[in-house]
Formats: sequence, C-alpha cells, structure tokens
Amino acid sequence: MQADPAPGSLTAPLTLSFPFTRSLGPVLGTFLTGLRERVVLGIRTPAGRVLVPPTEYDPATGAGLGETGAFVEVAPTGTVTTWAWNPAPRPGQPLAHPFAWVLVRLDGADTALLHALDAPGPHAVRTGQRVRIRWAAERTGAITDIACFIPDPAPAAPPRPAAPHPGTFPDPVTTLTAPARLDYTHTPGRAQSRHLTALARHELTGERCPACAKVLVPPRGACPTCGVATTDVVPVGPRGTVTTFCIVNIKAKDLAIDVPYVYAHILLDGADLPLHGRIDGIPHDQVRMGLRVEAVWTPGTRHPAHYRPTGEPDAPYTAYEEHL
Amino acid sequence: MTKEPVAVTGIGQTRHAAARRDVSLPGLVREAARRALDDAGLDWPDVEAVVLGKAPDFFEGVMTPELCLADALGATGKPVLRVHTAGSVGGSTALVAASLVAARVHRTVLTVAYEKQSESNAMWALSLPVPFQPPLLAGAGGFFAPHVRAYIRRSGAPADTGALVAHKDRRNALLNPFAHLHEHDLTLEKVRSSPMLWDPIRYSETCPSSDGACAMVLTDRAGAARAPRPPAWLHGGAMRSEPTLFPGKYFVSPRAGRDCATDVYRQAGVTDPRHDIDVAELYVPFSWYEPMWLENLGFAEEGQGWRLTASGATALDGDLPVNPSGGVLSTNPIGASGMLRFAEAALQVRGLAGDHQVPGARRALGHAYGGGSQFFAMWLVGAEPPAT
Repeated sequence: MQADPAPGSLTAPLTLSFPFTRSLGPVLGTFLTGLRERVVLGIRTPAGRVLVPPTEYDPATGAGLGETGAFVEVAPTGTVTTWAWNPAPRPGQPLAHPFAWVLVRLDGADTALLHALDAPGPHAVRTGQRVRIRWAAERTGAITDIACFIPDPAPAAPPRPAAPHPGTFPDPVTTLTAPARLDYTHTPGRAQSRHLTALARHELTGERCPACAKVLVPPRGACPTCGVATTDVVPVGPRGTVTTFCIVNIKAKDLAIDVPYVYAHILLDGADLPLHGRIDGIPHDQVRMGLRVEAVWTPGTRHPAHYRPTGEPDAPYTAYEEHL
Repeated sequence: MTKEPVAVTGIGQTRHAAARRDVSLPGLVREAARRALDDAGLDWPDVEAVVLGKAPDFFEGVMTPELCLADALGATGKPVLRVHTAGSVGGSTALVAASLVAARVHRTVLTVAYEKQSESNAMWALSLPVPFQPPLLAGAGGFFAPHVRAYIRRSGAPADTGALVAHKDRRNALLNPFAHLHEHDLTLEKVRSSPMLWDPIRYSETCPSSDGACAMVLTDRAGAARAPRPPAWLHGGAMRSEPTLFPGKYFVSPRAGRDCATDVYRQAGVTDPRHDIDVAELYVPFSWYEPMWLENLGFAEEGQGWRLTASGATALDGDLPVNPSGGVLSTNPIGASGMLRFAEAALQVRGLAGDHQVPGARRALGHAYGGGSQFFAMWLVGAEPPAT
C-alpha cells in the first residue's frame, strides 16, 4: 500500500540494487554443487532426520552437521506438503508464467524444499500431489539448477531410505552471487520539496525553528533539537564561510569529478547549520578554514555545481567556531 | 532490589580477514560463539537467550539475519533479539545482553556481533543514492576528515599525531593473533609518508574492511562462581544518542559521548578516569580519533588529548594503554568492532589478553561509537565484583 504524497511534494523512483556475494560454507556449497550434477543431497541429523535442503547446524539442537559429513542422496521425486498459487510472477522468479509455490518433501527426506511447480492452474495443484524435478539445461551450482517441479504421473515408489553420499565432487561451488533489488517511490516531503523547488530557481533557503530560532539548511521539516515543525522559509546565502574541509585524493566510483578536490562544510550567511559542497575556482591547497565563498550554478542544475571564493577577507575563527 | 552483578565468563572471536570465503555467515558467527562457550566451559543448552548485533542490513543484503543465524547460535526454543545502532552496535548489543542478566530476566546470555563486509561494499551501502540530492562527495573517511581538521585547529595538535597513533595500534596488532592486519614492516616513517586519502587523513591512518565476529557469554553471580576461568565484572555501562546534525553539534567532542562516559563513571565510582582506569579500548577508526576521544572521555582536558598520545602514555607500556588489541585500525568488521572493544577490555581485566596483556590491569573501559558520531556505547569492567 502506498500513501499519496502531500500536495506540493516531489516524488521520484529510487532503485537500490547490488550483486551481493555469498560464501556458501561446507554444507550449502556441497548441496549446490550436487544440484549442478543433478544430485539432490540432504544431511542426516544425529536424531536420524534427513534435512533437505541441508543446514550447517541442527535446527533442533544446534549441533554442527557439516563436520560429521552425514550427506545422503534423496530422490528427484517427492510429495507436495502445501502450496500457494502465484498468479502474477515478478521478475527473477523461477517461471515467467503463473505457477504454484510449493513445499516438496522429496522421497527420502523429512523436511520440505520450497520451489515452483509448473501447473496449468490452481485446479491442477493439490497437497499430497506427486511431483518431480525438471532440471535446468545449464546448471551452475545454484537453486535455479532445479528449473521447477512438474507433476509426476508415476505412482509413488515404495519408501526407500536415503542413501549415504560422500558429498565430494570435482570443482566444488564455494560462492554465488545473489543480486538484490528494491524499488521505492521516494518522496522528500513538504519542507525538502519547498527547498528543492527554490533550488531549481537557484535560490538557497532554510527554515527557522519557531522555538530556538535557528535556521536549518537543508530543512527537514522539524528542528532536530526542539522537535517542533519548521514553517518560516528564510533565504540564506548565496555567500558563506568554509568552516572546515578535507581534500579528497581518491576518486569515488560514479562521481565525475577529478581529484584532488575540496569537500567542505559551508555555513551560508543567515544559516545555523553548515551544508556540504565542493570548492572550486581556487587551487585545492589554498583552501582554508574561514574562506568566504559563494554558490555557482551551471544552467539546468538544481544544486550548486560548486562554491567559489568571493574575494572577501576570510571570516575570523570566532565567527564560525561554534559551527565546527 | 539491587541489580544482579553481571560477569563476562566467555569471550570468543574469529580470525579476521579481508574476506573469510571459507565460511558462510552462519559459520562465521558460529566460530566466535563456539570459542566463547569453550572459554566459559559451557555448551549450547546452558545459554538462555541470544542477543545479536550487526551494522546495516545492506552490508550483506541479508534482511533480518537473526532468523537465518538462529540454528548456528543454538537458539531453538530461546529468545533471540537483534540490536542495531550503526557502528556502535557491537557495544550496545553487549549492553542489552548485560541488562537481561542484571534484571534477572535470564541467568546466562550469549551475545554475538559480526560483519562480513566482503559480501557487499560498505562504501556503496553507506552512500545510497537519494533522488533530488546532490551526490555524496566523500565516503566514511571524507565524512570524518573535516572534523579531524577542526580538532587540529582547536587543539593545535602537531600534524604527525595521527601517525603516532596508527603506528602504535598497528604495532600492538602484531601481538594479537586474531587481528586482521599484521604489518610487520610498518615504520613510523612509512605511516607518515603513506598516501594522503582525505587530507588530513592518510592511508595508514585508516581502518581496514574486515570479515569477522565476536561473542561473549554474560552470566550472573552463580554462573561466575562455576566458571573455569576468572570473570570480568561489569561496573558500569551506558548508551547515549544524538542527531547526526543539529545547530551547535560539536563533532570534535559530541555531547552524547561525554554524557555516556559520565554515566558510566558514576556507576563505577570513577572520579578521575586517568587515574582510576588502567587500560582503554576505544573505537578509533581513523587515528586522530584517539586524542579526540581521550578528551571526550575525560582522560585529558579539552585540546590536550594529543599531548597524552605524544608522551607515549597510550602505548602498551605507558600508564594509560589505549587499544592494546591493535584496535579498529587493525581489525574492522564494522558490526563486531564495538563488541571487540568491549571484549578486549574484559580480556584485559581477566588477565587473558596474551601477548597484548597490560600487566596488572584491574579496570578497563570498552568504547564504541557509530553513525555520524551520534550513537555511543561504553562499559567499564573490573577484575573484582562490583560493590553492592
């Protein structure tokens, strides 16, 4: 569910994605290597239960299972223990068309594995249904090596205990990449939207706290000290004072700025909170605390491209000391 | 009714490295937890509750990791809690665990903190792009470097103060087999001439990125009496927070840090930290933070912390050793870094710190901070039980 943004608020999509890596450890690494070889391995606990997928540690007792090497091979056939129909698959899910999420207890296992069942509709899925694995044509050592499950018309075979397996394969899988992606709609809120809208006109604004009278830049809608809403919009800058800074010598990814450059805290005239910006128009090794600067925009940009020296005398230390 | 005294009877940590590809996340926390139980002479059924901490979920991309780590921590049928206070989380996690024992909710609690930074990219995770906002111009080092410059301006500290700290901590790490960095060839001159990354912070004055975990067993008086090795006793513990930014925020010496230390000292009966505390393990991710925290924590007057560093007082053979373990500058699995500080303080007063033991340490401070210098967690532990 998504609430409507407040009138006058800006909104924009925000996507966060990253290819996280996973060190698999001895048990999941063996399990996924087995899938690559079309072998489904479980692990036997000291109490005799066969866990599929296997876990490194016994969920019942916490005992380490990897050290005991108690791998067993289970069948590629099994029984649906419960299911849910997925009418609208999302990107990255096992099948692009509607399918059933199923928990499958493979023959020889005591626990169920979550996967997809390729079925024509919910009418064709039931608890207790017999299913078997459809292997992916290309397998890399991942859960997707099982493309999905499909209904198995063969009658259930008589129960057969899972067979011990050494759990060793040539060229074992030790890591995998797990891409993750989150899609948000970002809404900065009314105070920030007011500030950003003014910035688009190349006007710098803050908001004054009605309780402590401090001018906050950029405004966040409330005073962090007093906890009350800010309402009065106050023009600030465009001149200000460098309170402190560092010289950045290492190039950040995704940032089209040549190093070295100066990243500074700038107390805009009329503001009580320094904002952050880049100093240009002066050699980086001549930037100093107290330097007087002003905002510089390039056409079509919302935020100042950088701040440059105004040529005024430096501000005395006492003028900005309390803002360090 | 008075609080139950809290004892640290078990401490474990992993081998720390830039990438621990040999273990899964469960395997990583297990390694530390198992060592803590072994130290305490306990097994999984002896633990009543598990308190887990780590830094932001984006660091590994595993949401609510306490769920998938419960098996590895033997937590079936027990309460599992997760704490999150950014970089200070290792400290606050231990304090939450301690509060469960102090309040007699549980008798024996396992507390664990970890980070597997190699599975993601902390720089990315800490600078997620936000629509309408200008790009962040610097990473963590760039965030803290202007505050270091402000400290230098306020205190008049000589420019090589940071190098002294980095050299000391990295030398201490050579005595700690668990430390990530073992730079046998490092000299003060090499630190001084290492590349300037975020002027005034040099490469060798910067913490590494590590995979690792730390665990502790906290227990009550009866548990301490059964422990096979000497316990560390909790004499005081506190947490404080403040906003990242507000008018008048004093980044050089944040009020939340001062107030937190004051609270801990009051609980522990410390009136003169420099005199009353034998060793301090402080969260120093960039070398200049040693003199800054020495002032914030009351070991030195404002503007005088660098003199303590320059005098050699904070060296392993000084009268106030700081970071005998090698500190965050030598080992930095972010979520575990705070707990490693707390654990080192406890190891010192137990007399179990091995080659980096401060002789005769009776009272030690463990310190952690996080976010934009906005979350603080500290504990003071002693070799003797607290006066009740």
